[in-house]
Amino acid sequence: MKNNFDPKKNYRETKEKIGYVSRKDATQNDYDRIGFMSGLEVHQQLLTGKKLFCHCPAGLYHKNNDYDAEVIRHMRPTLSELGEYDGTALMEFKTKKEIVYRVKHATTCTYEVDDTPPFRVNREALDIAIEISLLSKLNVVGEVHITRKQYLDGSIPTGFQRTAIIGVEGVLELPYKKIRLIQLSLEEDSCREISDIGHVRTYKTDRLGMPLIETVTYPDCKNPKEVKDTCDYIRFLNRSTGKVRTGIGAGREDVNVSCRGGSRVEIKGVAHTAWIPNLTHNECFRQWALLAIREQLKKRIADTKSWKPTHENLKFLAFNFTHEPLIQADKAGYSIVAVNLPDFKGMLSHFTQPGKMFANEFSERLKVIACLELPNMTHSEEIKPSIKSDDFEKIKKLLNAGENDAQLVFWGPQDDMKTALDTIEERCRMAFDGVPNETRKSFENGTTIFERVLPGADRMYPDTDSAPIPLEDELIEELSKTLPDDIITRYQKLKEWDVPEDTYLYIFSKNLFPLIEKTVNDLELNPKFIATFFGHTLKRIKGLYTTPQDFRYNVIYHLFKFLKQENLCFDLARLMLPIVLEHPKMEFESILTTLNFKPVKKQEIFSKISFLKEKFDKIRISDKRQDSIDWMMGQLRPSAVGNVDLRELVKEIEKVV
Amino acid sequence: MNEDIFQGYKGAALETLKKYNVRVWGTAHIQTKRGPFDGTVLPRSENDDDQHIVLKIVTGYNIGIDIRTILEMEETGYKKANYKIPEKEFPYTPNLPKVKLIGTGGTIASRLDYRTGAVIPAFSPGELYGAVPELADICNLTTEKIFAVFSENMGPKQYMTLAKAIGKEIENGVEGIVIGHGTDTLHHTGAALTFMVQNSPVPIVLVGSQRSSDRPSSDAALNLMHATYAAGHGDIAEVMVCMFGPTSDEYGLLHKGTRVRKMHSSYRSTFRTIGDTPLAMVSRKGITHIKQEYNHRRKDRNVKIMPYFSDKVTMLYYYPAMKPDIIDSMVEMGYKGIVIVGTGLGHVNKELYPAIERAQAKGVCMYMTLQTIWGYVHMFVYDTGRDMMAKGIIPAGNMLPEVAFIKLGWALGQTDDPEEVKRIMLTPINDDITEREPYNGYLVYQGGIPEVEEFIKKVHK
Ligand SMILES: [Zn+2]
Repeated sequence: MKNNFDPKKNYRETKEKIGYVSRKDATQNDYDRIGFMSGLEVHQQLLTGKKLFCHCPAGLYHKNNDYDAEVIRHMRPTLSELGEYDGTALMEFKTKKEIVYRVKHATTCTYEVDDTPPFRVNREALDIAIEISLLSKLNVVGEVHITRKQYLDGSIPTGFQRTAIIGVEGVLELPYKKIRLIQLSLEEDSCREISDIGHVRTYKTDRLGMPLIETVTYPDCKNPKEVKDTCDYIRFLNRSTGKVRTGIGAGREDVNVSCRGGSRVEIKGVAHTAWIPNLTHNECFRQWALLAIREQLKKRIADTKSWKPTHENLKFLAFNFTHEPLIQADKAGYSIVAVNLPDFKGMLSHFTQPGKMFANEFSERLKVIACLELPNMTHSEEIKPSIKSDDFEKIKKLLNAGENDAQLVFWGPQDDMKTALDTIEERCRMAFDGVPNETRKSFENGTTIFERVLPGADRMYPDTDSAPIPLEDELIEELSKTLPDDIITRYQKLKEWDVPEDTYLYIFSKNLFPLIEKTVNDLELNPKFIATFFGHTLKRIKGLYTTPQDFRYNVIYHLFKFLKQENLCFDLARLMLPIVLEHPKMEFESILTTLNFKPVKKQEIFSKISFLKEKFDKIRISDKRQDSIDWMMGQLRPSAVGNVDLRELVKEIEKVV
Repeated sequence: MNEDIFQGYKGAALETLKKYNVRVWGTAHIQTKRGPFDGTVLPRSENDDDQHIVLKIVTGYNIGIDIRTILEMEETGYKKANYKIPEKEFPYTPNLPKVKLIGTGGTIASRLDYRTGAVIPAFSPGELYGAVPELADICNLTTEKIFAVFSENMGPKQYMTLAKAIGKEIENGVEGIVIGHGTDTLHHTGAALTFMVQNSPVPIVLVGSQRSSDRPSSDAALNLMHATYAAGHGDIAEVMVCMFGPTSDEYGLLHKGTRVRKMHSSYRSTFRTIGDTPLAMVSRKGITHIKQEYNHRRKDRNVKIMPYFSDKVTMLYYYPAMKPDIIDSMVEMGYKGIVIVGTGLGHVNKELYPAIERAQAKGVCMYMTLQTIWGYVHMFVYDTGRDMMAKGIIPAGNMLPEVAFIKLGWALGQTDDPEEVKRIMLTPINDDITEREPYNGYLVYQGGIPEVEEFIKKVHK
């Protein structure tokens, strides 16, 4: 039994033991059982011509290799205003990264590379941020203070992000519950990462400095769907102003998740709201698994303080290594180190996320903190072992390992070995405490990997380069006058109109409600028909055609206006829509010509019914009534579309059949 | 006492705090017309208005509350911040050179001041080590703050104090001197020390930072490492300025104190040697010499300290159609020396001639320097130049205007005799005037030109 440890079996059993269920099968009971708790930080770029603190254009992007010059920086931790070094700061300093910025003249001036102090804040951006704060029912501050928020990963060349609180303590109303908001801030966007290899991380500065707002919620969400809904509603609210950017990367969110007894973990930069449910589900269970690991370790290790891993350098030639990464490591002259983790047997292959085990947590940290490129390690509980058992026995002997121990073998440049060993010990110690505070990077499959240690509130500084900006009552009153309706009000209106609920997502995400309302009110059209036209027909057809850059939804309003003025049937809109989408500047008359449409009076079409009835009776393909109706409709449809409501025509036919 | 508990608040804002009995560093709950706010009351910058109270909210951000919107306010606790950099004693390592860091203030040694919201010069040696531990691998550092002034407040009095302090340190056997200094007038001090501290056996390195050390991307740490390296290990025993070469964190340049100038208001690589090449490049790995001729480090302690300065010296930046009354009033005010910063090869308009004559008659020493920054004064080329020389204006070669100003003050501090002043002025102490301008001494390339763009894509500037 002792020698027959089966990692695969252990993985399966630990998964069952913590009670993991797939999201499909999970119920509110499951989430309550593990104490699911989640909140969001939703980032939204604002639609301004220029950046936030300099006069470079906003919204111009470049390819990775399209640059004019490079600037190199290193980041050092500094003290916060309250006199503390920040945890992340120290970790980032340990990694000793060289940060390379690729700069393009068109989008970057000396401000972005921190060779010029900030200019005055972009007023347009500030006004939009206030407007959205008001919409979010936040208490708007009396004076805006630009604050420096440290980021030592290099994503901002100054080493901090200039950011300012616009409002605090608001509320967002979902159809079924209220989500409290902590704050909304106006901030500058960061660089885009190009690569991160070894000790060199490369960024480009095109996006850097673009105005962005961040809406932060309380952790009020009790299941994954609520998190997604909250995120959607915040986005809808932002878009309802018509003053925010849309498209790839214009909206991103960080999701905070914890389970009962766990810690706040931040899943960074989630690109699609559709990913949120799986990510939060898995993260919550990962934390639950880490707590299970803690309980087991507690039972085995009485005194965690004196617990200590041991390590030995391995001589490549002393073993028969056939694992390719180990061969490559030897070729590169890397050190190969084996570590013994006393009493960790069964932990490395403990389930954490679908397809991932506890051992992955070490590998990920070795990559980020010690800069060891992947693959950087293997271990004693691999489902498919990379080191043969006789070699592993030798390693265990070398380490003087006990039966209840587990072993890691990792490799990398000699200079990074100390940090790597520290990193491994640190992660083990964190296992005694449960869930480390950290930020994690998300993947489409719903899993996450370690990204950074979660920064605390200790990384905030007042920005000595900017003066505070007073927000007078008059300004706020002025901005309040032009606010759009609340999303929840619009939601209720759509309900009232009996519009199918599956259209709402599209209507809100494209901010089509104001246009629908205008079309309905100005042209006195049926709201259900119009809203459904936008939410179903438009959505379906728009997906099939490419619209030009300057396409505006407003053209659809004019389409209906035209149909009304010309006394044409509104069904024509559906036929005309593809051409309108592709050629929004084309005259509606010309579109009708293209469609071979000819105006025919309703009575003229109706008059053909009796003739067709006689004809059908003659050919009589079938005795069924419906067949005769269908046949007659088929004959009349081409000339009827646009001239008569087809439902009316059916009724007319039914009269004679 | 009041000052202490209401730091920086004045007028209506101060009255509000008093009214509700809320102190700075007190945690407060505030009811306003815009809703409730909670946070710690922070000191307010003295230059800001008296209509707002600054709060640090729980998420770490600062916000301001408009006192006109306050309905109710209550202090619920008190939490004074302890702003302190971990102070550690600088470790002694045998075989590393003894370097003295002299603090004068400025951004190389600074931290945040909550009263003014600005950076203030205050950074003890132990704090310095706490922030830049790498220094201990370079040298055995001792520090002394001889004054704490902003760069723009440095003047003759400080130059002389500094020169004497340097003399004392050299006598005491230090192997290199670093002077922490604000960057704005770093080059003035560089010139002053070149004249006042002559024949130094050890390097004297002036260093500052363009980004204060409270920022993660500050150039302060790297500049300090470069400066202590140059001071402790370098062979160049001259007064030098050590600042970033390119704006990237790569290497520093050592510039002669008499040929260096701050050329950009905010760039890291703002200091440039004018009309010559820098002395050397410096990184943590070593020094790469550019100029092969320099004053070498010596074992002796035979330094000559010449702490003289007359403040009866001024500068005149010429502009077209300048009126003679400017010069007349300078003379009337008792100035003994005027450095004229002329156009082109060293010119002013004819209208000034009578005033120049009157000045010369009063024994005022006048020297011509250039607005073009680069190049030599050539007063023989045009008649007007020859006229001016006849009227007593002496061309100062390729001496930089700021250097000429410092040198004239130093010369007049030693003598009133115009002939002796002239001898001092025109005898170079350390390349304040050079005989030759090398072809690569003037490099101001223009962006947009294909070969320049190609260059900056490959080489960090
Ligand atoms: Zn810019």
